[in-house]
Amino acid sequence: MHEMGIVMHLAKTLDELAEEQNIAKIGSVTLQVGEVSGIMTDLFVDAWDYFKVKHPVLTESQLKLETIKAVTYCEACGKTYETVRFGRTCPYCQSGETYLVMGNQCIIKEIEAEENEEGQ
Amino acid sequence: MKVIELHKSVTASNDADAEALRQELKQRGTLLINLMSSPGSGKTTLLSRTIQDLKDELKIAVLEADIESAVDAERIEALGARSIQVHTDGMCHMDAGMTRQGLEAMGLEQIDLAFLENVGNLICPAEYDTGAGKNVMILSVPEGDDKPLKYPLMFQKSDALVITKIDALGYFDFDLEQCRKRALKLNPNIQIFAVSAKTGDGMKKWEDWLKKETSAWKAQ
Repeated sequence: MHEMGIVMHLAKTLDELAEEQNIAKIGSVTLQVGEVSGIMTDLFVDAWDYFKVKHPVLTESQLKLETIKAVTYCEACGKTYETVRFGRTCPYCQSGETYLVMGNQCIIKEIEAEENEEGQ
Repeated sequence: MKVIELHKSVTASNDADAEALRQELKQRGTLLINLMSSPGSGKTTLLSRTIQDLKDELKIAVLEADIESAVDAERIEALGARSIQVHTDGMCHMDAGMTRQGLEAMGLEQIDLAFLENVGNLICPAEYDTGAGKNVMILSVPEGDDKPLKYPLMFQKSDALVITKIDALGYFDFDLEQCRKRALKLNPNIQIFAVSAKTGDGMKKWEDWLKKETSAWKAQ
């Protein structure tokens, strides 16, 4: 469900971009997905396949996913560590005073696009 | 084919819609407050009491987005506030487009203060800007004082935190001071109100804040 919402926003963002930049067709979309963004990639790809056929610009496009490592910062000892492995407790000093620095985002890194012919 | 580098959030189009809606609401003089919480946090009870207390001073409307909120909408309307229920079609959050549709269907004429009761969920609603002027998070005593640790984004995005059901403090291991500290650490600007909509304890401060924010919104 969460994935469907994100895909809808992604499709809308790309539709708008295509219009602004005179793009006829998008060949590929590269997304950077954080490890703790809460996005399940299998579901995300399914949702994308379902949605892309409803958007002419996206119909032939391929989705490429890159993972962004999640990193947590410990306020007690000032070190950073891998969130997925250790969770909220700092592995160096066992403190729980930690917060996520990165890894919850979902960013459109780049797209491959074909422009409309001149004059169209 | 050429490569276009974007480095843009997937929700960028929503952010633009939200900003447009916020500006329109400002011109109308309607302050929209996005209420976010877990299910069962006492949102509807808090709203009912707030409406009762403020209805002579402010015109209030409520947009209900929770899936099981038919009962809630009836409770709100019985108090004389305008209300509408929005179906999110299975989505876990409200976005700016859905909020706009809901507000337009409900009608905002002469409304000073509109509440959006977002879907009961502490994760996804924090990621989508609804176009609200203020974001408010509700946390009830039975949920525990560790929620700032589990859902940091929600606390970072909120302008105010309302801790509800403080009449039950004696029955739960909820440390009010600890919770305040944790919330302020994530967001030093967050306004914190501890209330019981049942006994009325703390309600005045919360309502004074709403009145102050509503007139500030109109004045800007």
